[in-house]
Amino acid sequence: MPTFVYMTRCDGCGQCVDICPSDIMHIDKTLRRAYNIEPNMCWECYSCVKACPHQAIDVRGYADFAPLGHSVRVLRDEEKGTIAWRIKFRNGKKDMDLLAPITTKPWGTAIPKLAEESAPSNDMRDGELLFNEPKYVRMDEGGLHTLESNGLKLKEGVYY
Amino acid sequence: MGYKTIIEDDIDVLIAGAGLGGTGAAFEARYWGKDKKIVIAEKANIDRSGAVAQGLYAINCYMGTRWGENNPEDHVRYARMDLMGMVREDLAFDMARHVDSAVHQFEEWGLPLMKDPKSGKYMREGRWQIMIHGESYKPIVAEAAKKSADKVFNRICVTHLLMDDAKENRIAGAVGFNVRTGNYHVFKSKTVICGAGGASNIFKPRSVGEGAGRVWYAPWSSGSAYGLMIEAGAKMTQMENRIVLARFKDGYGPVGAYFLHLKTYTQNGLGEEYESKWFPKLTEMVGKEYLDTEGQHLSHKPIPTCLRNHAFISEVNAGRGPIHMVTMEAFQDPHLEEIGWHNFLGMTVGQAVLWAATDVDPKYENPELTTSEPYVMGSHATGCGAWCSGPEDVSPDDYYWGYNRMTTVDGLFGAGDAVGGTPHAFSSGSFTEGRLAAKAACKYIDDGKAEGIRVSEQQIADLKKKIYKPLETYKVYSNEIVGGSVNPNFINPRQGLDRLQKLMDEYCGGFGVNYMTNEKLLQIGLKKMKTLEEDMEKIAASDIHELLRAWELNHRVRTSESVFQHTLFRKETRWPGYYYRGDAMKLDDQNWHVLTVSHRDRKTGEYTMEKAPLYHLVGDE
Repeated sequence: MPTFVYMTRCDGCGQCVDICPSDIMHIDKTLRRAYNIEPNMCWECYSCVKACPHQAIDVRGYADFAPLGHSVRVLRDEEKGTIAWRIKFRNGKKDMDLLAPITTKPWGTAIPKLAEESAPSNDMRDGELLFNEPKYVRMDEGGLHTLESNGLKLKEGVYY
Repeated sequence: MGYKTIIEDDIDVLIAGAGLGGTGAAFEARYWGKDKKIVIAEKANIDRSGAVAQGLYAINCYMGTRWGENNPEDHVRYARMDLMGMVREDLAFDMARHVDSAVHQFEEWGLPLMKDPKSGKYMREGRWQIMIHGESYKPIVAEAAKKSADKVFNRICVTHLLMDDAKENRIAGAVGFNVRTGNYHVFKSKTVICGAGGASNIFKPRSVGEGAGRVWYAPWSSGSAYGLMIEAGAKMTQMENRIVLARFKDGYGPVGAYFLHLKTYTQNGLGEEYESKWFPKLTEMVGKEYLDTEGQHLSHKPIPTCLRNHAFISEVNAGRGPIHMVTMEAFQDPHLEEIGWHNFLGMTVGQAVLWAATDVDPKYENPELTTSEPYVMGSHATGCGAWCSGPEDVSPDDYYWGYNRMTTVDGLFGAGDAVGGTPHAFSSGSFTEGRLAAKAACKYIDDGKAEGIRVSEQQIADLKKKIYKPLETYKVYSNEIVGGSVNPNFINPRQGLDRLQKLMDEYCGGFGVNYMTNEKLLQIGLKKMKTLEEDMEKIAASDIHELLRAWELNHRVRTSESVFQHTLFRKETRWPGYYYRGDAMKLDDQNWHVLTVSHRDRKTGEYTMEKAPLYHLVGDE
């Protein structure tokens, strides 16, 4: 299962509906709050849990193999560039906090707009190079590998 | 039905499905097509869609040529060996020679790649894998795609590709519907890059009930790559080459970092090493060329994934299960313990949930492993997908028809799971394939190959009718019964999916029959597929969400039929541990050292199968 939504925390903002890759977070028309309409299509991917601004969404492991009484909670912060997890075991013996970076740059700033790059030459168009190549393949002056440069050929038949 | 028709016209490059392949395509297309109109149609939200929606803790395809670690041909040889010889080596070489440039850009964009503090190189997990903090891998590459694309249409389920009415076998765009508004979307485009996904959930999963979503590959990977392209008449290759994964039981948590970085290992229920004792017999099945236990030991070549599965399955069948991952040694090191948990949180949170729920602390208990149900895809340790042209400077004539990554349909390109014969591309390789396809698509347009495309009103209207038919069927017949889901006139998408999974499992070699099939079983399976296909005409959807499921099922059925045809065609057991042809239990290089290629006639639905020659990279001398 998957995800479920706490009644008192959800305000029906729809962030989870917007992000769910499986299209299973929907707004209940009477209660005006989100809920998981199809638990057996939930991957426990936590996309909705991370997106919820009120931490209203949680996960209860799949009923067919996961006993009750555990918790895996998460806080994802794009500004800080971190994700914080807390894992609590059913028997209470393990309670772990884990922190990981999600980006090394201020969010979205380091990605080039290719429309603003100078246009490729006709030689490049007819050749095998991609944007930023060959430089970015080896980060030196070396060229792109070819069959010729690597002393190879493609031969039909049974070779191992 | 009151759904609007929304037409997006004059598109140059349409990207159908924006996972790692599609985002790579959208990003790169802008460089080669400054003034071109680039449009993305994505079933979910591009920020969290595709197989990498949840994140990744490793990039499994990185050469490291800048540090002299590997050359592209080394990776090709590795993929060849892992896939028992069956690889499109031109495509694999091409991907491998470009892939590092994608990874270096990811680092620049802010993806946290771990580094070895001493050498400053990326932290290696294995020979090809590097470790990352990849929770935001998908949002980061999505950002790159969004910066390049003119428009991103989220929540569009692409159901069909549009064909040119002026010229035979040429692509003209795609159609689908918005899963929120229900509106009909028509994308008229000079080229289409299919970045849609492989197929989970076509074989009956081990999990039942609520847990059916805990499949190894994402449940939203609905085989649309194959469904869309087969329907358009594109030739497919290696569709028999489904993959079975040895993973942590129930949660399907990844084992790569555990094996390679944490140096954990497997043992049987008695605490014994079991793999090697199956190898002599296995060598008899596949030949010394593919498994030479002594030689392999000397050369440090890894054992092919399928053969390791075979040892696993055989040991369990011999009554010495379960197979355990020995974690208790590695997890005594607090640093390694932390990596073990991070590894799950970064890409398979469900496994962490499961261990928390069952109080499995790998420090004090060795967790169980299992072999999964089979999956059909083209970017992990398997290479299902479309038969595509390779690059001009590498490919032999048999593999080359003008544009890199173009299928046998003019103007239709593939990336990631969509391209056949290119295993071990993983996330970075799929992104790279998208870039290669985008460059080629721009060239195709610049060469004037997309002139004079005509899409008739008739084609657009016919497809619209087809798409909404399940809603119509529901409306007409649902009131004939008092209530409930049992109706003599239709089945709902879940019922159809259950039927598909059961017959794939029983006749096409699922886990329920220990991955075993034969010609008789496949023939019966195909017969059942035919009636399922007839019933697909009577599938009903009570709302737009169910309509989405209906079309996902359509793509899964189209994929499955192809898997049946290919499995029937290849009369040998090429990949013991992935599946077995009980009537041909040996690997047969005399007759089957070839790639299988299928074509489904668009009008009649008839399949024709052929063998395509295999070319291998060899030294010049």
